[in-house]
Amino acid sequence: MNIVVAMKEIPDIQQIRIRNRKPVTDDVPRTLGNIDKNALEAAVQIKEKTDSQVIVVGVGSSEVEDTFKEALAAGGDEARLVVWDGELESSQSAQLLAALITKIDSVGLILFGEGSGDNYSSQVGSRVAQILGLPQVGYVNRIEIEGSTARVTRSLEDCEQDLEVALPAVIMVSSDINTARIPSVTQILKAGKKPKEVLAANELGVAIPAAQVETISNLAPEMERRQISVKTISDLVKALADEGFGGGR
Amino acid sequence: MAGTLIFSENPALVLELATAALEMDSGPVYALVINNGPQAEKLSNHGLAVLSVDEPGMSSFDTAGCAQAVAQTAGQKDLSMVLLSSDRRGKELAGRVAEAMHAGCLTDVKGFSLEGGQLAFTRNSLGGATLATQAIKTPAQVVAVSPRAFAPIAPTATGSIEAVKINVPASAVKLVETRSKAGDTVDLQAAERLVVVGQGVEDQSDLALVEQVAQALKAEIGCSKPVATDKKWYPEERIIGLSGKICKPALALILGVSGQVQFTVGVREAQVIVSVNNDENAFMNKIADYVLVADLKEALPELVRQLG
Ligand SMILES: Cc1cc2nc3c(=O)[nH]c(=O)nc-3n(C[C@H](O)[C@H](O)[C@H](O)COP(=O)(O)OP(=O)(O)OC[C@H]3O[C@@H](n4cnc5c(N)ncnc54)[C@H](O)[C@@H]3O)c2cc1C
Repeated sequence: MNIVVAMKEIPDIQQIRIRNRKPVTDDVPRTLGNIDKNALEAAVQIKEKTDSQVIVVGVGSSEVEDTFKEALAAGGDEARLVVWDGELESSQSAQLLAALITKIDSVGLILFGEGSGDNYSSQVGSRVAQILGLPQVGYVNRIEIEGSTARVTRSLEDCEQDLEVALPAVIMVSSDINTARIPSVTQILKAGKKPKEVLAANELGVAIPAAQVETISNLAPEMERRQISVKTISDLVKALADEGFGGGR
Repeated sequence: MAGTLIFSENPALVLELATAALEMDSGPVYALVINNGPQAEKLSNHGLAVLSVDEPGMSSFDTAGCAQAVAQTAGQKDLSMVLLSSDRRGKELAGRVAEAMHAGCLTDVKGFSLEGGQLAFTRNSLGGATLATQAIKTPAQVVAVSPRAFAPIAPTATGSIEAVKINVPASAVKLVETRSKAGDTVDLQAAERLVVVGQGVEDQSDLALVEQVAQALKAEIGCSKPVATDKKWYPEERIIGLSGKICKPALALILGVSGQVQFTVGVREAQVIVSVNNDENAFMNKIADYVLVADLKEALPELVRQLG
Protein backbone atom coordinates (compact mmCIF):
# COMPACT_ATOMS: atom_id res chain seq x y z
CA MET A 1 0.00 0.00 0.00
CA ASN A 2 0.99 3.62 -0.29
CA ILE A 3 1.26 5.73 2.84
CA VAL A 4 0.75 9.41 2.15
CA VAL A 5 2.22 11.95 4.56
CA ALA A 6 1.01 15.53 4.18
CA MET A 7 3.55 18.05 5.45
CA LYS A 8 3.43 21.82 5.65
CA GLU A 9 6.16 24.14 4.49
CA ILE A 10 6.40 26.90 7.12
CA PRO A 11 8.78 29.73 7.94
CA ASP A 12 11.23 28.67 10.66
CA ILE A 13 9.37 30.05 13.67
CA GLN A 14 12.52 30.35 15.78
CA GLN A 15 13.94 32.80 13.26
CA ILE A 16 10.93 35.10 12.95
CA ARG A 17 11.72 38.48 14.45
CA ILE A 18 9.17 41.01 15.60
CA ARG A 19 9.62 44.60 14.41
CA ASN A 20 7.08 47.26 15.44
CA ARG A 21 4.91 44.39 16.67
CA LYS A 22 4.86 42.94 13.13
CA PRO A 23 6.36 39.52 12.38
CA VAL A 24 9.16 39.79 9.82
CA THR A 25 9.16 36.63 7.72
CA ASP A 26 11.22 37.86 4.75
CA ASP A 27 14.48 35.95 4.45
CA VAL A 28 13.36 33.48 7.11
CA PRO A 29 14.30 30.01 5.83
CA ARG A 30 11.52 27.55 5.06
CA THR A 31 11.22 24.35 7.00
CA LEU A 32 8.73 21.57 7.73
CA GLY A 33 6.42 21.49 10.76
CA ASN A 34 7.79 19.54 13.73
CA ILE A 35 4.71 17.41 14.29
CA ASP A 36 4.61 16.73 10.54
CA LYS A 37 8.03 15.15 11.02
CA ASN A 38 6.50 12.85 13.64
CA ALA A 39 3.85 11.90 11.06
CA LEU A 40 6.59 11.08 8.55
CA GLU A 41 8.47 9.04 11.16
CA ALA A 42 5.29 7.08 11.93
CA ALA A 43 4.89 6.35 8.21
CA VAL A 44 8.50 5.21 7.86
CA GLN A 45 8.14 2.90 10.85
CA ILE A 46 5.00 1.35 9.34
CA LYS A 47 6.79 1.00 6.02
CA GLU A 48 9.60 -0.89 7.72
CA LYS A 49 7.07 -3.46 9.03
CA THR A 50 4.74 -3.69 6.05
CA ASP A 51 5.50 -3.63 2.38
CA SER A 52 4.66 -0.04 1.62
CA GLN A 53 5.87 3.13 0.00
CA VAL A 54 5.91 6.50 1.71
CA ILE A 55 4.81 9.39 -0.49
CA VAL A 56 5.09 12.88 0.96
CA VAL A 57 2.76 15.56 -0.34
CA GLY A 58 2.77 19.28 0.26
CA VAL A 59 2.03 22.73 -1.03
CA GLY A 60 4.55 25.49 -0.81
CA SER A 61 6.60 28.35 -2.16
CA SER A 62 8.87 28.22 -5.19
CA GLU A 63 11.43 26.65 -2.84
CA VAL A 64 9.12 23.81 -1.90
CA GLU A 65 11.25 21.19 -3.66
CA ASP A 66 14.22 22.20 -1.56
CA THR A 67 12.21 22.29 1.68
CA PHE A 68 10.94 18.75 1.15
CA LYS A 69 14.43 17.31 0.55
CA GLU A 70 14.60 16.75 4.30
CA ALA A 71 11.45 14.61 4.17
CA LEU A 72 12.91 12.43 1.44
CA ALA A 73 16.15 12.15 3.40
CA ALA A 74 14.24 11.11 6.52
CA GLY A 75 12.59 8.17 4.79
CA GLY A 76 10.05 9.41 2.25
CA ASP A 77 10.31 7.47 -1.03
CA GLU A 78 8.75 10.02 -3.30
CA ALA A 79 7.40 13.58 -3.17
CA ARG A 80 4.40 15.11 -4.93
CA LEU A 81 4.35 18.86 -4.49
CA VAL A 82 2.38 21.86 -5.63
CA VAL A 83 3.81 25.33 -5.95
CA TRP A 84 1.57 28.12 -4.73
CA ASP A 85 2.60 31.74 -4.53
CA GLY A 86 1.32 33.65 -1.54
CA GLU A 87 -0.91 32.92 1.39
CA LEU A 88 -2.98 29.76 1.62
CA GLU A 89 -5.85 29.29 3.97
CA SER A 90 -6.81 25.88 5.48
CA SER A 91 -9.73 25.22 3.12
CA GLN A 92 -7.54 25.92 0.09
CA SER A 93 -4.66 23.76 1.35
CA ALA A 94 -7.15 20.96 1.91
CA GLN A 95 -8.46 21.17 -1.68
CA LEU A 96 -4.95 21.15 -3.13
CA LEU A 97 -3.79 18.25 -0.96
CA ALA A 98 -6.94 16.23 -1.65
CA ALA A 99 -6.41 16.74 -5.38
CA LEU A 100 -2.78 15.56 -5.07
CA ILE A 101 -3.78 12.52 -3.00
CA THR A 102 -6.55 11.53 -5.44
CA LYS A 103 -3.87 11.07 -8.10
CA ILE A 104 -2.05 8.45 -6.00
CA ASP A 105 -3.01 4.76 -6.37
CA SER A 106 -3.78 2.29 -3.56
CA VAL A 107 -3.53 4.77 -0.71
CA GLY A 108 -3.96 2.93 2.61
CA LEU A 109 -3.13 5.63 5.08
CA ILE A 110 -2.96 9.42 4.97
CA LEU A 111 -1.00 10.92 7.85
CA PHE A 112 -0.94 14.48 9.14
CA GLY A 113 0.49 16.12 12.26
CA GLU A 114 -2.11 17.26 14.82
CA GLY A 115 -1.38 20.87 13.93
CA SER A 116 0.97 22.85 11.73
CA GLY A 117 4.06 24.49 13.19
CA ASP A 118 2.93 28.01 12.35
CA ASN A 119 -0.85 28.29 12.50
CA TYR A 120 -1.64 25.17 14.57
CA SER A 121 -5.26 25.40 13.51
CA SER A 122 -5.63 21.61 13.05
CA GLN A 123 -8.17 21.87 10.26
CA VAL A 124 -6.53 20.52 7.14
CA GLY A 125 -6.44 16.81 8.01
CA SER A 126 -10.13 16.79 8.96
CA ARG A 127 -11.05 18.78 5.84
CA VAL A 128 -9.13 16.38 3.58
CA ALA A 129 -10.86 13.40 5.23
CA GLN A 130 -14.25 14.99 4.53
CA ILE A 131 -13.38 15.85 0.91
CA LEU A 132 -12.17 12.30 0.27
CA GLY A 133 -15.05 10.76 2.26
CA LEU A 134 -12.66 8.80 4.51
CA PRO A 135 -12.81 7.97 8.22
CA GLN A 136 -10.45 9.88 10.47
CA VAL A 137 -8.85 9.73 13.89
CA GLY A 138 -6.96 12.64 15.45
CA TYR A 139 -4.49 13.03 18.35
CA VAL A 140 -3.09 9.54 17.72
CA ASN A 141 -0.06 8.34 19.66
CA ARG A 142 0.03 4.69 18.46
CA ILE A 143 -0.61 3.11 15.05
CA GLU A 144 -0.49 -0.59 14.22
CA ILE A 145 -1.54 -1.91 10.84
CA GLU A 146 -3.29 -5.28 10.63
CA GLY A 147 -4.37 -6.10 7.10
CA SER A 148 -6.93 -3.54 6.07
CA THR A 149 -7.39 -2.14 9.58
CA ALA A 150 -5.40 0.33 11.63
CA ARG A 151 -5.41 -0.09 15.41
CA VAL A 152 -4.77 3.32 16.88
CA THR A 153 -4.83 5.10 20.23
CA ARG A 154 -6.36 8.56 20.40
CA SER A 155 -5.22 10.61 23.39
CA LEU A 156 -7.81 13.15 24.60
CA GLU A 157 -7.72 15.47 27.61
CA ASP A 158 -9.54 13.05 29.89
CA CYS A 159 -9.07 9.61 28.33
CA GLU A 160 -7.34 7.39 25.81
CA GLN A 161 -9.40 5.54 23.22
CA ASP A 162 -8.16 2.40 21.49
CA LEU A 163 -9.89 2.36 18.12
CA GLU A 164 -10.00 0.20 15.02
CA VAL A 165 -10.41 2.10 11.81
CA ALA A 166 -10.97 0.64 8.36
CA LEU A 167 -8.40 1.65 5.74
CA PRO A 168 -8.02 3.87 3.85
CA ALA A 169 -8.17 6.42 6.64
CA VAL A 170 -6.84 9.82 7.62
CA ILE A 171 -4.82 9.82 10.85
CA MET A 172 -3.47 12.89 12.62
CA VAL A 173 -0.64 12.13 15.03
CA SER A 174 0.53 13.87 18.21
CA SER A 175 4.15 14.75 18.78
CA ASP A 176 4.53 12.07 21.45
CA ILE A 177 3.94 9.22 18.98
CA ASN A 178 7.69 8.95 18.32
CA THR A 179 10.96 10.82 18.07
CA ALA A 180 11.53 11.77 14.47
CA ARG A 181 14.89 10.71 13.06
CA ILE A 182 17.31 13.36 11.88
CA PRO A 183 18.68 12.42 8.45
CA SER A 184 22.42 12.04 7.95
CA VAL A 185 24.40 14.05 5.41
CA THR A 186 24.59 11.03 3.05
CA GLN A 187 20.83 10.59 3.28
CA ILE A 188 20.35 14.25 2.44
CA LEU A 189 22.66 13.92 -0.57
CA LYS A 190 20.84 10.78 -1.74
CA ALA A 191 17.46 12.45 -1.28
CA GLY A 192 18.19 14.60 -4.32
CA LYS A 193 17.86 11.52 -6.53
CA LYS A 194 14.51 10.34 -5.19
CA PRO A 195 11.49 10.85 -7.49
CA LYS A 196 9.77 14.20 -7.20
CA GLU A 197 6.86 15.67 -9.07
CA VAL A 198 6.35 19.41 -8.76
CA LEU A 199 3.15 20.78 -10.25
CA ALA A 200 1.66 24.21 -10.61
CA ALA A 201 -1.75 24.54 -8.97
CA ASN A 202 -3.51 24.85 -12.34
CA GLU A 203 -2.13 21.49 -13.43
CA LEU A 204 -4.14 19.69 -10.75
CA GLY A 205 -7.47 20.03 -12.51
CA VAL A 206 -9.39 21.34 -9.50
CA ALA A 207 -10.80 24.77 -8.96
CA ILE A 208 -9.26 26.30 -5.86
CA PRO A 209 -11.85 28.34 -4.01
CA ALA A 210 -11.21 31.85 -2.78
CA ALA A 211 -9.87 32.18 0.76
CA GLN A 212 -12.66 31.71 3.31
CA VAL A 213 -10.85 33.56 6.06
CA GLU A 214 -9.50 37.09 5.95
CA THR A 215 -6.73 38.22 8.27
CA ILE A 216 -7.47 41.74 9.44
CA SER A 217 -4.33 42.11 11.54
CA ASN A 218 -1.57 39.91 12.92
CA LEU A 219 0.50 41.62 15.58
CA ALA A 220 2.74 40.58 18.42
CA PRO A 221 1.07 41.33 21.74
CA GLU A 222 2.63 44.04 23.89
CA MET A 223 4.85 42.22 26.35
CA GLU A 224 6.53 45.06 28.21
CA ARG A 225 7.87 43.71 31.49
CA ARG A 226 9.99 45.30 34.17
CA GLN A 227 12.92 42.84 33.92
CA ILE A 228 14.15 43.76 37.39
CA SER A 229 17.34 41.87 38.08
CA VAL A 230 17.49 40.31 41.56
CA LYS A 231 20.89 39.13 42.72
CA THR A 232 20.14 36.69 45.54
CA ILE A 233 17.44 34.34 46.71
CA SER A 234 16.70 36.60 49.67
CA ASP A 235 16.19 39.53 47.28
CA LEU A 236 13.82 37.35 45.28
CA VAL A 237 11.86 36.27 48.34
CA LYS A 238 11.64 39.91 49.43
CA ALA A 239 10.43 40.99 45.98
CA LEU A 240 7.78 38.26 46.06
CA ALA A 241 6.64 39.38 49.49
CA ASP A 242 6.48 43.00 48.33
CA GLU A 243 4.25 41.92 45.45
CA GLY A 244 1.95 40.20 47.94
CA PHE A 245 3.21 36.65 47.37
CA GLY A 246 4.59 35.81 50.77
CA GLY A 247 5.84 32.35 51.63
CA GLY A 248 5.17 30.33 54.74
CA ARG A 249 3.18 27.21 55.33
CA MET B 1 -27.38 35.18 9.83
CA ALA B 2 -30.10 32.88 10.95
CA GLY B 3 -28.86 31.55 14.24
CA THR B 4 -26.21 29.60 16.10
CA LEU B 5 -25.68 25.91 16.80
CA ILE B 6 -23.38 25.12 19.70
CA PHE B 7 -21.87 21.71 20.39
CA SER B 8 -19.37 20.17 22.77
CA GLU B 9 -19.35 16.80 24.46
CA ASN B 10 -18.23 18.57 27.63
CA PRO B 11 -21.33 20.18 29.27
CA ALA B 12 -19.22 22.78 31.11
CA LEU B 13 -17.88 23.98 27.76
CA VAL B 14 -21.40 24.05 26.26
CA LEU B 15 -22.30 26.66 28.89
CA GLU B 16 -19.27 28.75 27.87
CA LEU B 17 -20.22 28.44 24.19
CA ALA B 18 -23.74 29.60 25.07
CA THR B 19 -22.27 32.81 26.53
CA ALA B 20 -20.14 33.35 23.44
CA ALA B 21 -23.15 32.76 21.15
CA LEU B 22 -25.31 35.18 23.09
CA GLU B 23 -22.63 37.88 23.05
CA MET B 24 -22.20 37.45 19.27
CA ASP B 25 -25.89 38.19 19.02
CA SER B 26 -26.47 36.37 15.75
CA GLY B 27 -29.99 35.02 16.18
CA PRO B 28 -31.44 32.17 18.21
CA VAL B 29 -29.03 29.76 19.93
CA TYR B 30 -29.49 25.97 19.96
CA ALA B 31 -27.35 23.40 21.76
CA LEU B 32 -26.87 20.05 20.00
CA VAL B 33 -26.66 16.93 22.15
CA ILE B 34 -25.82 13.60 20.53
CA ASN B 35 -26.96 10.31 22.08
CA ASN B 36 -26.95 11.66 25.61
CA GLY B 37 -30.40 12.00 27.15
CA PRO B 38 -29.16 13.00 30.62
CA GLN B 39 -27.02 15.78 29.15
CA ALA B 40 -29.92 17.07 27.04
CA GLU B 41 -32.02 17.14 30.20
CA LYS B 42 -29.33 18.91 32.19
CA LEU B 43 -28.70 21.60 29.57
CA SER B 44 -32.39 22.27 29.04
CA ASN B 45 -32.86 22.57 32.80
CA HIS B 46 -30.09 25.16 32.68
CA GLY B 47 -32.16 27.15 30.19
CA LEU B 48 -30.77 26.10 26.81
CA ALA B 49 -32.83 25.25 23.72
CA VAL B 50 -31.55 21.72 23.13
CA LEU B 51 -31.67 19.84 19.84
CA SER B 52 -31.32 16.20 20.74
CA VAL B 53 -30.12 13.55 18.28
CA ASP B 54 -30.75 9.94 19.22
CA GLU B 55 -29.03 7.77 16.66
CA PRO B 56 -27.88 4.40 18.03
CA GLY B 57 -25.75 3.79 14.93
CA MET B 58 -23.59 6.79 15.76
CA SER B 59 -20.79 7.15 18.25
CA SER B 60 -18.97 10.13 19.68
CA PHE B 61 -15.56 8.66 18.86
CA ASP B 62 -16.41 8.69 15.13
CA THR B 63 -15.57 12.21 14.01
CA ALA B 64 -17.03 11.65 10.53
CA GLY B 65 -20.44 10.77 11.97
CA CYS B 66 -20.41 13.60 14.54
CA ALA B 67 -19.51 16.10 11.83
CA GLN B 68 -22.47 14.87 9.77
CA ALA B 69 -24.76 15.26 12.79
CA VAL B 70 -23.61 18.84 13.39
CA ALA B 71 -23.74 19.86 9.72
CA GLN B 72 -27.13 18.24 9.08
CA THR B 73 -28.69 19.75 12.20
CA ALA B 74 -27.38 23.20 11.27
CA GLY B 75 -28.79 22.68 7.76
CA GLN B 76 -32.21 21.55 8.93
CA LYS B 77 -32.56 24.46 11.33
CA ASP B 78 -30.97 26.94 8.93
CA LEU B 79 -28.30 27.92 11.45
CA SER B 80 -25.29 29.52 9.81
CA MET B 81 -22.98 29.87 12.82
CA VAL B 82 -21.55 26.76 14.49
CA LEU B 83 -19.62 27.13 17.73
CA LEU B 84 -17.55 24.17 18.93
CA SER B 85 -15.22 23.82 21.91
CA SER B 86 -11.54 24.12 21.06
CA ASP B 87 -10.55 21.11 23.12
CA ARG B 88 -9.13 18.12 21.24
CA ARG B 89 -12.54 16.66 20.37
CA GLY B 90 -13.85 19.99 19.14
CA LYS B 91 -10.75 20.87 17.17
CA GLU B 92 -10.77 17.54 15.36
CA LEU B 93 -14.43 18.05 14.55
CA ALA B 94 -14.13 21.67 13.41
CA GLY B 95 -12.37 21.16 10.07
CA ARG B 96 -14.68 18.32 9.08
CA VAL B 97 -17.88 20.20 9.97
CA ALA B 98 -16.57 23.24 8.11
CA GLU B 99 -15.77 21.25 4.99
CA ALA B 100 -19.20 19.59 5.10
CA MET B 101 -20.87 23.02 5.39
CA HIS B 102 -18.55 24.74 2.86
CA ALA B 103 -17.73 27.07 5.70
CA GLY B 104 -14.68 29.02 6.68
CA CYS B 105 -13.37 27.99 10.08
CA LEU B 106 -11.22 29.30 12.91
CA THR B 107 -10.01 27.27 15.90
CA ASP B 108 -8.48 28.28 19.26
CA VAL B 109 -10.53 31.46 19.21
CA LYS B 110 -10.23 33.43 22.44
CA GLY B 111 -12.40 36.44 21.72
CA PHE B 112 -14.27 38.43 19.11
CA SER B 113 -15.07 42.01 18.19
CA LEU B 114 -17.09 43.79 15.57
CA GLU B 115 -14.95 45.19 12.74
CA GLY B 116 -16.91 47.16 10.20
CA GLY B 117 -20.13 45.34 10.98
CA GLN B 118 -18.62 41.84 10.69
CA LEU B 119 -17.53 39.49 13.45
CA ALA B 120 -13.75 39.36 13.81
CA PHE B 121 -12.14 36.67 15.92
CA THR B 122 -8.83 36.71 17.79
CA ARG B 123 -6.50 33.73 18.01
CA ASN B 124 -2.80 33.06 18.46
CA SER B 125 -0.75 32.70 15.32
CA LEU B 126 2.84 31.92 14.33
CA GLY B 127 3.23 29.48 17.20
CA GLY B 128 1.99 32.09 19.67
CA ALA B 129 4.31 34.89 18.58
CA THR B 130 1.42 36.96 17.30
CA LEU B 131 -2.24 37.54 17.94
CA ALA B 132 -4.28 37.46 14.73
CA THR B 133 -7.65 39.11 14.17
CA GLN B 134 -9.51 37.23 11.45
CA ALA B 135 -12.94 37.25 9.84
CA ILE B 136 -14.72 34.40 8.07
CA LYS B 137 -16.00 35.33 4.59
CA THR B 138 -18.44 32.47 3.95
CA PRO B 139 -22.16 32.63 4.84
CA ALA B 140 -21.75 29.58 7.09
CA GLN B 141 -19.08 29.90 9.79
CA VAL B 142 -17.50 27.35 12.11
CA VAL B 143 -15.64 28.64 15.16
CA ALA B 144 -13.93 26.54 17.83
CA VAL B 145 -13.73 28.56 21.05
CA SER B 146 -10.94 28.04 23.60
CA PRO B 147 -12.02 26.69 26.97
CA ARG B 148 -12.39 29.47 29.57
CA ALA B 149 -12.40 32.26 27.01
CA PHE B 150 -16.00 32.92 28.05
CA ALA B 151 -17.72 32.51 31.43
CA PRO B 152 -20.43 29.85 31.71
CA ILE B 153 -23.92 31.18 31.06
CA ALA B 154 -26.19 31.77 34.06
CA PRO B 155 -29.20 29.43 34.37
CA THR B 156 -32.62 30.59 33.16
CA ALA B 157 -36.03 28.95 33.06
CA THR B 158 -36.43 28.99 29.30
CA GLY B 159 -35.00 25.59 28.36
CA SER B 160 -36.49 23.11 25.93
CA ILE B 161 -35.67 19.82 24.20
CA GLU B 162 -36.55 19.07 20.59
CA ALA B 163 -35.71 15.77 18.89
CA VAL B 164 -33.83 15.97 15.58
CA LYS B 165 -33.55 13.21 12.98
CA ILE B 166 -30.38 12.92 10.99
CA ASN B 167 -28.99 10.45 8.52
CA VAL B 168 -25.48 9.18 9.17
CA PRO B 169 -23.63 6.54 7.16
CA ALA B 170 -22.29 3.43 8.93
CA SER B 171 -19.20 4.16 11.00
CA ALA B 172 -15.79 2.90 9.85
CA VAL B 173 -14.38 3.37 13.36
CA LYS B 174 -14.81 0.84 16.18
CA LEU B 175 -14.07 1.44 19.85
CA VAL B 176 -12.01 -1.31 21.48
CA GLU B 177 -11.32 0.26 24.85
CA THR B 178 -11.40 3.60 26.69
CA ARG B 179 -9.02 4.31 29.54
CA SER B 180 -9.50 7.30 31.82
CA LYS B 181 -6.37 9.33 32.29
CA ALA B 182 -4.82 9.08 35.74
CA GLY B 183 -6.68 10.92 38.47
CA ASP B 184 -4.39 13.97 38.46
CA THR B 185 -7.07 16.51 37.72
CA VAL B 186 -5.41 19.80 38.48
CA ASP B 187 -7.07 22.92 37.12
CA LEU B 188 -4.07 25.05 36.18
CA GLN B 189 -6.20 27.67 34.51
CA ALA B 190 -7.98 28.35 37.78
CA ALA B 191 -4.76 28.62 39.79
CA GLU B 192 -3.89 32.04 41.19
CA ARG B 193 -0.22 31.15 41.45
CA LEU B 194 1.90 28.85 39.31
CA VAL B 195 5.35 27.38 39.72
CA VAL B 196 6.55 26.16 36.35
CA VAL B 197 9.17 23.46 35.85
CA GLY B 198 11.30 23.66 32.70
CA GLN B 199 14.18 21.53 31.48
CA GLY B 200 16.48 23.72 33.57
CA VAL B 201 15.37 21.62 36.55
CA GLU B 202 17.85 18.96 35.66
CA ASP B 203 17.23 16.13 38.14
CA GLN B 204 13.92 14.48 38.85
CA SER B 205 14.91 14.31 42.52
CA ASP B 206 14.73 18.12 42.64
CA LEU B 207 10.98 17.99 42.01
CA ALA B 208 10.52 17.39 45.74
CA LEU B 209 12.07 20.83 46.30
CA VAL B 210 9.82 22.36 43.63
CA GLU B 211 6.88 20.80 45.45
CA GLN B 212 7.97 22.53 48.67
CA VAL B 213 8.36 25.88 46.91
CA ALA B 214 4.87 25.49 45.44
CA GLN B 215 3.42 24.61 48.84
CA ALA B 216 5.06 27.59 50.50
CA LEU B 217 3.67 29.90 47.82
CA LYS B 218 0.30 28.10 47.71
CA ALA B 219 0.87 27.54 44.01
CA GLU B 220 0.04 24.79 41.55
CA ILE B 221 2.82 23.19 39.53
CA GLY B 222 2.86 23.41 35.75
CA CYS B 223 5.63 22.46 33.35
CA SER B 224 7.02 23.06 29.88
CA LYS B 225 6.12 20.55 27.20
CA PRO B 226 9.34 18.48 27.10
CA VAL B 227 9.18 18.00 30.89
CA ALA B 228 5.90 16.13 30.37
CA THR B 229 6.21 14.57 26.92
CA ASP B 230 9.94 13.68 26.85
CA LYS B 231 10.87 13.30 30.52
CA LYS B 232 7.40 12.23 31.61
CA TRP B 233 7.91 13.84 35.03
CA TYR B 234 4.41 15.28 35.04
CA PRO B 235 1.21 14.34 33.19
CA GLU B 236 0.48 16.23 29.98
CA GLU B 237 -2.37 18.16 31.57
CA ARG B 238 0.26 20.21 33.40
CA ILE B 239 1.80 21.48 30.17
CA ILE B 240 1.63 25.24 29.81
CA GLY B 241 1.59 26.82 26.38
CA LEU B 242 0.22 26.51 22.90
CA SER B 243 -0.44 22.78 23.03
CA GLY B 244 -1.20 22.84 26.76
CA LYS B 245 -2.95 25.33 29.02
CA ILE B 246 -3.15 29.08 28.52
CA CYS B 247 -3.11 30.58 32.03
CA LYS B 248 -3.57 34.01 33.58
CA PRO B 249 -2.32 33.62 37.14
CA ALA B 250 -1.41 36.47 39.47
CA LEU B 251 2.08 34.97 39.81
CA ALA B 252 4.09 32.69 37.53
CA LEU B 253 7.43 31.58 38.98
CA ILE B 254 9.27 30.08 36.03
CA LEU B 255 12.12 27.69 36.82
CA GLY B 256 14.51 26.94 33.96
CA VAL B 257 12.36 27.58 30.92
CA SER B 258 14.04 29.04 27.83
CA GLY B 259 10.94 30.97 26.75
CA GLN B 260 10.07 29.77 23.24
CA VAL B 261 6.88 31.45 22.05
CA GLN B 262 4.93 28.19 22.18
CA PHE B 263 5.54 28.25 25.93
CA THR B 264 5.29 31.97 26.69
CA VAL B 265 1.85 32.21 25.09
CA GLY B 266 0.68 30.18 28.09
CA VAL B 267 1.94 32.59 30.77
CA ARG B 268 2.34 35.97 29.15
CA GLU B 269 -0.93 37.22 30.59
CA ALA B 270 0.22 36.58 34.16
CA GLN B 271 0.30 39.67 36.37
CA VAL B 272 3.79 39.01 37.71
CA ILE B 273 6.35 36.79 36.00
CA VAL B 274 9.55 35.66 37.71
CA SER B 275 12.23 33.82 35.74
CA VAL B 276 15.03 31.84 37.35
CA ASN B 277 17.54 30.73 34.74
CA ASN B 278 21.32 30.23 34.59
CA ASP B 279 21.42 31.91 31.18
CA GLU B 280 21.10 35.67 31.55
CA ASN B 281 20.12 35.93 27.89
CA ALA B 282 17.28 33.41 28.07
CA PHE B 283 14.30 34.81 26.20
CA MET B 284 12.13 34.02 29.22
CA ASN B 285 13.95 36.74 31.17
CA LYS B 286 12.92 39.37 28.61
CA ILE B 287 9.27 38.89 29.42
CA ALA B 288 9.75 38.61 33.17
CA ASP B 289 9.19 41.22 35.89
CA TYR B 290 11.90 39.74 38.10
CA VAL B 291 14.93 37.85 36.84
CA LEU B 292 17.29 35.79 38.96
CA VAL B 293 20.30 34.44 37.09
CA ALA B 294 21.22 31.35 39.08
CA ASP B 295 21.84 27.62 38.87
CA LEU B 296 18.64 25.93 40.03
CA LYS B 297 20.65 23.10 41.55
CA GLU B 298 21.76 25.61 44.20
CA ALA B 299 18.85 28.04 44.05
CA LEU B 300 16.08 25.51 44.77
CA PRO B 301 17.26 24.33 48.23
CA GLU B 302 17.94 27.94 49.23
CA LEU B 303 14.51 29.05 48.01
CA VAL B 304 12.86 26.29 50.06
CA ARG B 305 14.83 27.38 53.14
CA GLN B 306 13.94 31.05 52.78
CA LEU B 307 10.28 30.58 51.90
CA GLY B 308 9.67 27.91 54.53
C1 LIG C 1 3.61 23.17 17.53
C2 LIG C 1 4.40 23.27 18.81
C3 LIG C 1 3.72 23.39 20.01
C4 LIG C 1 4.43 23.50 21.20
N1 LIG C 1 3.72 23.66 22.35
C5 LIG C 1 4.40 23.83 23.51
C6 LIG C 1 3.68 24.06 24.73
O1 LIG C 1 2.44 24.09 24.78
N2 LIG C 1 4.40 24.24 25.86
C7 LIG C 1 5.78 24.22 25.87
O2 LIG C 1 6.37 24.40 26.94
N3 LIG C 1 6.46 23.98 24.74
C8 LIG C 1 5.81 23.79 23.56
N4 LIG C 1 6.53 23.56 22.43
C9 LIG C 1 8.00 23.38 22.56
C10 LIG C 1 8.76 24.69 22.70
O3 LIG C 1 9.10 25.17 21.41
C11 LIG C 1 10.07 24.50 23.48
O4 LIG C 1 10.81 23.48 22.87
C12 LIG C 1 9.87 24.17 24.96
O5 LIG C 1 9.02 25.09 25.57
C13 LIG C 1 11.21 24.18 25.66
O6 LIG C 1 11.07 23.77 27.02
P1 LIG C 1 12.07 24.27 28.12
O7 LIG C 1 12.19 25.75 28.08
O8 LIG C 1 11.69 23.64 29.40
O9 LIG C 1 13.46 23.59 27.69
P2 LIG C 1 14.76 24.24 27.05
O10 LIG C 1 14.44 24.99 25.84
O11 LIG C 1 15.73 23.13 26.98
O12 LIG C 1 15.23 25.30 28.12
C14 LIG C 1 15.79 25.01 29.36
C15 LIG C 1 16.19 26.31 30.04
O13 LIG C 1 16.72 26.04 31.31
C16 LIG C 1 17.92 26.75 31.52
N5 LIG C 1 18.75 25.93 32.38
C17 LIG C 1 19.43 24.80 32.07
N6 LIG C 1 20.05 24.31 33.16
C18 LIG C 1 19.77 25.15 34.18
C19 LIG C 1 20.14 25.18 35.55
N7 LIG C 1 20.89 24.24 36.11
N8 LIG C 1 19.68 26.20 36.31
C20 LIG C 1 18.90 27.18 35.76
N9 LIG C 1 18.52 27.18 34.46
C21 LIG C 1 18.96 26.18 33.69
C22 LIG C 1 18.51 26.97 30.15
O14 LIG C 1 19.28 28.14 30.13
C23 LIG C 1 17.25 27.11 29.29
O15 LIG C 1 16.85 28.46 29.21
C24 LIG C 1 5.86 23.45 21.22
C25 LIG C 1 6.53 23.32 20.02
C26 LIG C 1 5.84 23.23 18.83
C27 LIG C 1 6.61 23.10 17.56
